[in-house]
Amino acid sequence: MSDITIPLEAEQDIAHEQGHAEAAVREPLITGGKTVHDVSEDIAGRVEQKPTITWMLAMAISLGLLVAGGYAVAMLLWEGIGMWGLNKTVGWAWDITNFVWWVGIGHAGTLISAVLLLFRQRWRMSINRASEAMTIFAVICAAMFPVLHMGRPWLGFYWALPLPNTFGSLWVNFNSPLLWDVFAISTYFSVSLVFWYIGLIPDFATIRDRAKNKISKLIYGTLSFGWTGGAKTWMHYETVSLVLAGLATPLVLSVHTIVSFDFATSVIPGWHTTIFPPYFVAGAIFSGFAMVLTLLIVTRKVYKLEDYITLQHLEMMNIVIIVTGSIVGIAYITEFFIAWYSGVEAEQYAFINRATGPYWWAYWSMMTCNVISPQLFWFKKIRTNIAATFIISIIVNIGMWFERFVIIVTSLHRDFLPSSWAMFYPTWVDMGVYIFTFGLFFTLFFLFAKFFPVINMAEVKSIIKATGEKKK
Amino acid sequence: MKETKTYWKGLEQLENTPDFQQRASKEFPEYLPISGDDNQEPSRRDFLKMMGFGVAAVSLAACEAPVRKAIPYVNKPVDVDPGIPNYYASSYAVGNDVESVVVKTREGRPIKVEGNDLAKYNMGGTSSQIESSVLSLYDTERLQNPKISGEDTDWATIDGRIKTELAANAGKTVLVSYSNCSPSTSRAIAELSKKYGEVVHVQYDPVSFSGILDAYEMASGVRAMPMHDFSKAKTIVSMGADFLGGWPNHVLFNKQFAKSRKLGPDKKEMSRLYAFESNLSLTGSNADYRQPIKPSEQGTYISSLYNLIAKKAGVPTVASSKLQDTSILQKAANDLWKAKGNALLVSGSNDVNVQLMVIAINELLGSFGNTIDLSKSLNTRKGDDKAFAKLVADVKAGGVGAVIFYNCNPGYDHVKGAELVSSLGKVKTTISTSDRMDETSSAVKYITPDHHYLESWNDFESVSGYLTLSQPTINNIFNTRQAQESFLTWAGIETSYFDFIKAGWSSFSSDLSFWDKTLQDGVYETDAAVPAALAGFDVAAVASKLKPASSGMELALYTNYSVGDGVQANNPWLQEMPDPITKACWDNYFTVSPREAREKGWKVKDGDMDYKVATLTVNGKSVTAPVIPQPGQAYGTVGLALGYGRTKAGKVADGVGVNAYPMIASSANGSLAYTTAGVSLEVSEEVVKVAQTQTSQTYAGRNTVIQETVLGAYQKDPQAGRHFPKISLASGDKVKPYAVSLWKGHEYANHHWGMMVDLNSCTGCGSCTIACQTENNIPVVGKQEVLNRREMHWIRIDRYYSSREESAITESDLDSNIVSKAEVAADNPEVTFQPMMCQQCNNAPCETVCPVAATTHSSEGLNQMTYNRCIGTRYCANNCPYKVRRFNWFKYHDNKQFDKNMAMNNDLGKMVLNPDVTVRARGVMEKCTFCVQRIQAGKLEAKKDGRRPDDGDVSTACAKSCPSDALVFGDMKDPNSNISKALKIKTSKTSVEAQEDRAYHVLEELRVMPNIWYLTKVRNKDENEKTEA
Repeated sequence: MSDITIPLEAEQDIAHEQGHAEAAVREPLITGGKTVHDVSEDIAGRVEQKPTITWMLAMAISLGLLVAGGYAVAMLLWEGIGMWGLNKTVGWAWDITNFVWWVGIGHAGTLISAVLLLFRQRWRMSINRASEAMTIFAVICAAMFPVLHMGRPWLGFYWALPLPNTFGSLWVNFNSPLLWDVFAISTYFSVSLVFWYIGLIPDFATIRDRAKNKISKLIYGTLSFGWTGGAKTWMHYETVSLVLAGLATPLVLSVHTIVSFDFATSVIPGWHTTIFPPYFVAGAIFSGFAMVLTLLIVTRKVYKLEDYITLQHLEMMNIVIIVTGSIVGIAYITEFFIAWYSGVEAEQYAFINRATGPYWWAYWSMMTCNVISPQLFWFKKIRTNIAATFIISIIVNIGMWFERFVIIVTSLHRDFLPSSWAMFYPTWVDMGVYIFTFGLFFTLFFLFAKFFPVINMAEVKSIIKATGEKKK
Repeated sequence: MKETKTYWKGLEQLENTPDFQQRASKEFPEYLPISGDDNQEPSRRDFLKMMGFGVAAVSLAACEAPVRKAIPYVNKPVDVDPGIPNYYASSYAVGNDVESVVVKTREGRPIKVEGNDLAKYNMGGTSSQIESSVLSLYDTERLQNPKISGEDTDWATIDGRIKTELAANAGKTVLVSYSNCSPSTSRAIAELSKKYGEVVHVQYDPVSFSGILDAYEMASGVRAMPMHDFSKAKTIVSMGADFLGGWPNHVLFNKQFAKSRKLGPDKKEMSRLYAFESNLSLTGSNADYRQPIKPSEQGTYISSLYNLIAKKAGVPTVASSKLQDTSILQKAANDLWKAKGNALLVSGSNDVNVQLMVIAINELLGSFGNTIDLSKSLNTRKGDDKAFAKLVADVKAGGVGAVIFYNCNPGYDHVKGAELVSSLGKVKTTISTSDRMDETSSAVKYITPDHHYLESWNDFESVSGYLTLSQPTINNIFNTRQAQESFLTWAGIETSYFDFIKAGWSSFSSDLSFWDKTLQDGVYETDAAVPAALAGFDVAAVASKLKPASSGMELALYTNYSVGDGVQANNPWLQEMPDPITKACWDNYFTVSPREAREKGWKVKDGDMDYKVATLTVNGKSVTAPVIPQPGQAYGTVGLALGYGRTKAGKVADGVGVNAYPMIASSANGSLAYTTAGVSLEVSEEVVKVAQTQTSQTYAGRNTVIQETVLGAYQKDPQAGRHFPKISLASGDKVKPYAVSLWKGHEYANHHWGMMVDLNSCTGCGSCTIACQTENNIPVVGKQEVLNRREMHWIRIDRYYSSREESAITESDLDSNIVSKAEVAADNPEVTFQPMMCQQCNNAPCETVCPVAATTHSSEGLNQMTYNRCIGTRYCANNCPYKVRRFNWFKYHDNKQFDKNMAMNNDLGKMVLNPDVTVRARGVMEKCTFCVQRIQAGKLEAKKDGRRPDDGDVSTACAKSCPSDALVFGDMKDPNSNISKALKIKTSKTSVEAQEDRAYHVLEELRVMPNIWYLTKVRNKDENEKTEA
């Protein structure tokens, strides 16, 4: 990892003078001719400044959502799951839809930081910090649902863990995909958190070094774990990053694979499908990238980071969206083909019902949002248009929410015995709990954007020479 | 210089006496009670004693005994052992119905009512009303004291005043009751007559059988309904008679009918049922051939049938109008004639002329002495519509001085009741024995509340010569008094009613053990016979009086199988029991023909429980209710259930539905008519919700769910109608799903419990649903939660209609809720009932997905649910292919929002709970357990005797209650059990296999391997006829 280098700004500049020839055809990753000092000013400066009015307004809205949604959560916990619109036939709906949706969103961070690190895709450097943060916050939001959807969360949150207990021979059921979820999500969360935090340490040290008051010096000093910036420290840092990237990479595949097992291992037509693992992983990356786009387009605008998060970054991500969106589209069509080809009556009905039954609108929303809308990115004009990218990224996230809704609700609501067929209608508490997680997500994200460096300064500094204009 | 000064601690040290020296050497100079060396001083033992006492006293004072209400017996009653149930034979007597039952009590409180196996006239079966009646005992709406003009009083005061008023009464004294078949009650009333001059006893029935009674009076000289035996009938034709549901004693009729429908290797014949009716009744839905007809057409159909039979019998025909489509009627006539001697025609009409024609046809068919026994009469319907009409006239004219309403409520359940109640001011003395302030008793002066039947002594002769006893199973909960006791008191008789009954029974036997034996059995049979003999009558003259068919909309009133006539309407178990046909609960509604609904735009959308509101007007009276398009409903007719719209029954029933009793019409000959022509139905655009537990109409052609065939095909091939799903192997071979496995399966060492459900016997009555609710403490959730599709029943009856032929389906049938045309019900469908409960799968999909192993497999094949361990992820319910798991969405006990769930929300109601079954907490999953507590009790009983439990020891609540023996429960490892024999079970260590040709598993292709087998439904239709699938 020779392209990540020495901490002190002067040394970095010197080092850049000496090394790294620039590829002639490649567009610079960081524009605006930034110097190492510019990077520190642009990123750490945000942390040091007083909060802006825009930030305070955004924070207030997020907290508002958190409190309003929190009321719904309180009602749910106080009265019971009956506050949701679930019934004897449809036992999961918005709860698990939201869970899978948030977990899916949480996929981009690891993919960007770990997989692209291993593939030495340097364009990731200016976006990995924010996307990793987004991953962590999304996973926190996702993890709310397995707990909140339980009938007895006050017991369930620890009974679902394999803890030694005094109940006798009671133990968790290792056959249950829900238990696999517990392991998958907690592993993913802890690895992502550690990875993210390790990456933050050098930047915390930079802020600590620049800090002008004692409190921030103390806080950022503590957070930076006594980072010295010595060559040995950097070596350890890079080794740990590599090891964690190695650990995190299989998780990108495993988490959503295991989440898909919740459905794939069941007997319900529409759930009982072997295609689910790859299809869910592709869908997760698809939605994760869309969410990263949504957030970064706003962040770069508000924080004026256009030179760091360039159009090229957005275009790269749009290309990932076309690829994964097409994979997802093929998966949808394959499901239909297999339903017909299997000759299983209930399976065939489940898919015809999806497309033409009472939830047809959800199915066709999903198809439009997920399969048709990303195809627009084949046009360079569209995929390099920020407004279009922003709109499509939101459409994709709506589509991916519908995908999970379609899988969960349309499969359950009409399964084997027609006598039990029923509809699901959400209540205000269903919506409120979803809003609560939005409030939580944005509150955490805005706190992050204000108090943490939103771009990995240390890494970005390593690429400005190779790509910066001023330094030639 | 060294300091050598000494400071003394005191003068004692200075003096340094030997006494001081001795004390100074002691570690504790003061007195300690532990020295023990001196006998004079308290010893160490004393110290320990004191300390022991101190500790004990302090800890005792700190402990507060947390016992609040559970008070142990001071003297334990001889026959009450905590934890061990007692069973008492008694008689269910609510409204005008009487059945012999066995009451289960625990620690002195009745908790369950089951059929009495010794009783010949219900043979152990029950109905939903019987099963629910135990909850009415604990209804807090019952009166707790006698009342004078609405004020609580004591018995001495009220007796004194009633006696004085009755003695001073110058006018007539009338006692109004439902049909009374209790000999001792009649004697008690006679005692009143002795004391106060003639007491006129007016009997009526909410659903009158006056027409049939009057017809038999004219034809045989005795005003009584003779016993019908459906089990002997090979061909049954029902003209609007709902003998499986709306008729009295339908438990017996279900038994008899089901018996005639049983098939097996040794019995390949079954009865054939024709139904000509307006509403789709339980009887009609079990019919092999059913023709929807308008109520007014019944006369024409009867006379045409008479003519068809008369031609075959060679007797003169009568005048009859011409019918358009007689194909089914002709077929019915042929079959009736073919089965002469084993044929039976019944009619539900309350028109005496129609019933006379029925008698005439039955006589031609040789039914009397075979399928109809004139020597035995059914005494639970004796009501006389004319007598009641006369009473109303008398009261209005002021000729009545005293009225006693004995456990009846004409103010609600009689068309002239409102008229009667409003003129009660003209009667000086008004008395009611009602158990609550109902529509009638709230208008009377004296209320002397009667005991519940479970608190009463009584005797009944529901079928002539067939006596049953009723005994109290609990002390009276409130300050009530048995009505007969009141009558005796007012008549000045000192003996208790118990002694009064016993004295009456002394004529049967002088043997001392006779009474005890009869009380234990609950039943006693004498050879008393009704002296009825058929005399001929002028059939042509009767036929000429039959009313011709009329045009226009017609109303057909009916009673459903839950609330029935409305006497027990304040029972939430009944209110929440879905109607077997419409699957609706907590409401009554208009049922109309689907074709008419389509044509006139009355339909909203299938499957959403949305229905338009309509106003029905009959003779200037109108009611407003939702309109449900009901497959099978005759075109141009409206059905409406009686028993709803109570205003003073209690918080459960009040305001539920509309009261249809005022819609009853009077026919020319004085009997009430439950059908009326010339009604108008104004359908508005307002849409309301009717709570239904099932909204799908058909089984969408899924033949691994319902497997059915026709009799002819079955006779040729017992496996006819079976569907054998196959799965493909990698090699391309197709094999049975059970041939492939990755897993060796559970091992069953000793017992393996299973159940057989005979789709051919199940009439869909739903008594199993309520039996299960009673046994297993299943909460009632109320209308809103049923609308949210969260009813909690562990066993449900799935009702499927056959679908319409695809070519007949038009655009107007389809909406976004319908995906395949097979989901559209035929306008006159065939009906299949499928009881559905936990299938106790051997490879249960629910067990593998629970993260905390709260649902596990037992060594006896049960799929167990550990409520304590459940965290409520609902994954098991999602993964259940049968959707039988029920989740506690809210806290249903001790929660004011669910106060209609009276068994769990007040201290009195809670007395009905079965102490062997946990009341489930909020947030846990529950489901059918195969009544594991009953299995356990049966096993213990057998273990005490050192033997293997057999069928007699163990049965589930549903199987026990089933009036048609459609559910058979037992140990499949026991080769002698009924289930092993019926299914021809072959067991191995890990599996069971049913070799009976009709036995199948629902959703066999999933290889979940249930422990419940279904037997194919066989319809007695002609083989060559096309049946809609």
